[in-house]
Amino acid sequence: MSANHEDHHHAPDGHGRALRLGIGGPVGSGKTALVAALCRSLGPSLRLGVVTNDIYTTEDADFLRRAGVIDADRILAVQTGCCPHTAIRDDIAANIDAVETLEERFGPLDLVIVESGGDNLTATFSRGLADRQIFVLDVSGGDKVPRKGGPGVTAADLLVVNKTDLAPMVGADLTVMSRDAAKVRDGKPVLFTSIREDKGAHSVAEWVVGIVDTWQHQHAHTV
Amino acid sequence: MHGDMAMLLLADSRLPAGGHAHSGGAEEAVRVGAITGPEDLARFLRGRLATAGVVTAALAAAACEVGSNPQPGRWQRLDAEADARISSPAQREASRTQGRLLVRTTRRIWPSESLETLAQAVPDGAHHPVALGAAAAAAGCEPRQAALAAAYTSVTAPATAAVRLLGLDPVLVHRLLADLAPALNDAAHEACVIQADDWSDLPAHAAPALDLLAEQHLRTEVRLFVS
Ligand SMILES: Nc1nc2c(ncn2[C@@H]2O[C@H](COP(=O)(O)OP(=O)(O)OP(=O)(O)O)[C@@H](O)[C@H]2O)c(=O)[nH]1
Ligand SMILES: [Mg+2]
Repeated sequence: MSANHEDHHHAPDGHGRALRLGIGGPVGSGKTALVAALCRSLGPSLRLGVVTNDIYTTEDADFLRRAGVIDADRILAVQTGCCPHTAIRDDIAANIDAVETLEERFGPLDLVIVESGGDNLTATFSRGLADRQIFVLDVSGGDKVPRKGGPGVTAADLLVVNKTDLAPMVGADLTVMSRDAAKVRDGKPVLFTSIREDKGAHSVAEWVVGIVDTWQHQHAHTV
Repeated sequence: MHGDMAMLLLADSRLPAGGHAHSGGAEEAVRVGAITGPEDLARFLRGRLATAGVVTAALAAAACEVGSNPQPGRWQRLDAEADARISSPAQREASRTQGRLLVRTTRRIWPSESLETLAQAVPDGAHHPVALGAAAAAAGCEPRQAALAAAYTSVTAPATAAVRLLGLDPVLVHRLLADLAPALNDAAHEACVIQADDWSDLPAHAAPALDLLAEQHLRTEVRLFVS
């Protein structure tokens, strides 16, 4: 799986467009909180767009709009017909449409973040939709989750383990999570966050700045 | 030539063109209690096929014919005929969204003059049956195959949505679909009667209940499907 991961850059139409970053993970792990944190940290320096995949309503999009971390028009919500993973993996047409609509309206953009609907450990983004992806777990799901693996945990470009502030309360051992994650992730990065305490998720933001820089370097307009 | 394969691909719910998020009115029908089980689902599907299904099939057949000699003016005229046959604004919007997604997907699968001229002639998204017919032409289908694919997806989308929303037995629902075979044939036949460019005579069956469901659906706060 990690070998396949190398050919991200083969997207023929990558030139001159924003990096597309997928954020996936189980229900309630803190995906929307992370999107808001990234908007807070990166908004001043990067041109951003956000697509949410709400399951029932436009709850996530509304939360982000209310949070005022990004211009409300730069957030588009996609409906997923009962199947959040279908919309990010098997039939990505509506998400691509939303991403391209944002780029047409507000472009050029540096980064478009796509938040998936909360799903299970097998849900990952198609490479036709996301150039890079973050998988967000939270410690209250239990410290066994990284050990269980699944494509989200093993293959995401970055694994974020959120809500570390809750670890003492739920009896989760962060060293166990860290060790198990390292074992299944083949050296790919893992970051521990408490977005409740660090409203800008600075460690994650720094990682995102790095991948945006690399992307822009590799996909600069060559006209 | 390769029309059969293309028709199967276009009719397959796995075609990655956004169709999975549309219920063809079934979500709202479930919400208001108009579909509660297999019996009323069967009636809903039959009614949908005889009205919206026939209209969409006829438009797709006409579009497939246009696709063999595509001109911007012809696309715009046919798209306007589609617009005139969809009375609910919510359904018009859903149809254009699906059409735009279908063109985006199929122009990568079957690059062609048919789809390029349509994308340019109707940049905000042609109506779904027009896009379907254009894709069918690009893929080498005859108008009748385009009509069959259109009529077929007009019933499979709500059937799948009902399975997901009500937890119906999927095998039983497929039996309901199989029972529609003669009606599907009739729909495709009716859709292909008009072959000339005089589209004013294309079928224009109204389905006020579907229009009302679509309008209510748009105003419902909690919904899983786009339409
Ligand atoms: N204690 C604690 N709570 C957090 C943290 N991050 C997010 N939360 C809370 O967890 C809940 C869920 O967060 P969201 O960001 O909505 O999670 P999500 O993954 O987007 O959820 P879905 O989109 O519904 O799957 C909210 O009540 C957040 O306030 C954290 O670091 N610590
Ligand atoms: Mg969320």
